[in-house]
Amino acid sequence: MTSRLLLRNFVRGPLTEAAPAADDAALAELAARVNQASRARLGRTLSIREVDAGSCNGCELEIHALNNVLYDLERFGLRFVASPRHADVLLVTGPVTANMREALERTYHATPDPKWVVAVGDCARNGGVFAGSAACVGGVSAVLPVDLHIPGCPPSPSALLKGLLALLESVST
Amino acid sequence: MNWPASVVDQDAWEQAGERLHSGELSLVSLWGEPGCAHMAVMENPSNELSLLRFACEANHFPSIGRLHPPAIRLERAMRDLAGLESEGSPDTRPWLRHGGPYPFLPAEGESLHQIPVGPVHAGIIEPGHFRFTANGETVVRLEERLGYVHKGIDSLMAGASLERAALLAGRVSGDSTVGYALAFSIAVEAALGAQVPPRAKWLRALAAELERLANHFGDIGAVCNDASFSIMHASCGLLREQVLRASNACFGHRLMMDCVVPGGTRLDLAAQGERELRGLIDLVRRRFPELIDLYENTASLKDRTVDTGILSPALAQQFAAGGYVGRASGRRFDARRAPGYAPYDELKFEVPVVQAGDVNARVWIRIQEVEQSLALIEQILGQLPPGAVHIPVSAAGPAEGAALVEGFRGDIFAWIRIGAEGRVERCHLRDPSWFQWPLLEAAIEGNIVADFPLCNKSFNCSYSGHDL
Repeated sequence: MTSRLLLRNFVRGPLTEAAPAADDAALAELAARVNQASRARLGRTLSIREVDAGSCNGCELEIHALNNVLYDLERFGLRFVASPRHADVLLVTGPVTANMREALERTYHATPDPKWVVAVGDCARNGGVFAGSAACVGGVSAVLPVDLHIPGCPPSPSALLKGLLALLESVST
Repeated sequence: MNWPASVVDQDAWEQAGERLHSGELSLVSLWGEPGCAHMAVMENPSNELSLLRFACEANHFPSIGRLHPPAIRLERAMRDLAGLESEGSPDTRPWLRHGGPYPFLPAEGESLHQIPVGPVHAGIIEPGHFRFTANGETVVRLEERLGYVHKGIDSLMAGASLERAALLAGRVSGDSTVGYALAFSIAVEAALGAQVPPRAKWLRALAAELERLANHFGDIGAVCNDASFSIMHASCGLLREQVLRASNACFGHRLMMDCVVPGGTRLDLAAQGERELRGLIDLVRRRFPELIDLYENTASLKDRTVDTGILSPALAQQFAAGGYVGRASGRRFDARRAPGYAPYDELKFEVPVVQAGDVNARVWIRIQEVEQSLALIEQILGQLPPGAVHIPVSAAGPAEGAALVEGFRGDIFAWIRIGAEGRVERCHLRDPSWFQWPLLEAAIEGNIVADFPLCNKSFNCSYSGHDL
């Protein structure tokens, strides 16, 4: 059974779809922030540590989808890592809750320089529908310096891909 | 749905606690507001719901958790959210409100060690803290500490317009956005006596079944992935993606957020919707059987899932565990059946139940529910009535309503009180995870630490839905 499936997958060729073009607006936003030295050091590869700082888990579902066979994030040299110690990028979702603030700060401080923070989703910009709650601190920028924001509720995998490709291009060109 | 509601005195409140303890009743939810404690209970085995209200003197009420452990965390949350004190509760630690040191329960004995995990986990998942006490590889005790994604939804709801409250309800737990929007909408419609057009009811069921399909595919693949069997993960991930794309084609949003609203649905089914869905069903019917076969006939995979993380039927019944967690441990409950809601009374479907209670059983229930959801979608497409999909809801309170809806992971309870100006005065949303999280602690006991991801994924409890 396994061998039949594997054989078919081998013969059929990849299901992975062509990549979208990097988001121009995001590129412009980033270009100014990335210096030459870090570009040379990182090459075309970025390790991403995802941090849910209070999300409803909608953003996580779509970030997960980036790893499925149709989007296949790793072909771009972008991959998710298990520890902030291995990361170049923190991908942060959610309005930052009061209860997650310290954990988010500690994750940031555990990430070696150079590092970038990408805020994902409408909540991560300014709290979204949860803005104004006493249990939330606000958007990610209320706690960390944010380099790029990918909007959406939640952003689709292609929107996420565009944003991350923009980050990759500005880091490696 | 309009269930009987009564204001009770201390005797009747405590008597309900005794009946929960004896198993005559199941706890549906327990929540509070300043000066008042509320409880929803269900009769066994008739599944009839009723709502009890207790006027708290000086914000105190007799603890239900003292008699019935499933109530303990809800009572801890009541103090954090509404300032109510449960008298005689066996656990008075804060729950959703953090700050200050948190004493974990003791586990004592020779050669025990602790493993703290989280709140930030290694994968792309929600935050929560797990404190394992292990003897070598064997878990002696797991204690969860949750509340990290507490966003204050209860407070944001109070005073919100119905439109804004619906947005919030759809973001309590993103993976169940249709389930929550549906529970919230039915509660609002029950409060205001709104008659939703038939077509809207059928479209809501369509969206709910698509949500169930997408999540079950994701979970089946992810459980296998936690046993390092990635071909199932890749194949199920592809099917999940196709469900999300079909959902997007039908309702304009991959997760169908904000599609279900009080009064009906925001959109009608898109013109190409039926064709997309028939294509999806065809694809799943072609691909899924060989994946089931693969799952069933891979000994190294089954070795990990069979007899791992067993939840006893007695505990599942005591905690009134909903969804695949309950149905994999012999609890025959599905809110679509009883108390039931339209259009499921006109649809044919089975509610699969097994007794084994292990990881394999929870996977197996999901596999069978995929088949049921496909059949439901086919029936809905075949019988979808014509007509409008929305009626305006006149928001003239004061009025109260409640609903119990079957989300993909179990029954979601919603209760709302609408004020005279048509705004939400108070809204309570109870995720099925409230009664599933404590059972994960029980299921992992005696298993090895390395099997925790597998057990955890087979439960797939919501952090956000629980933390509110």
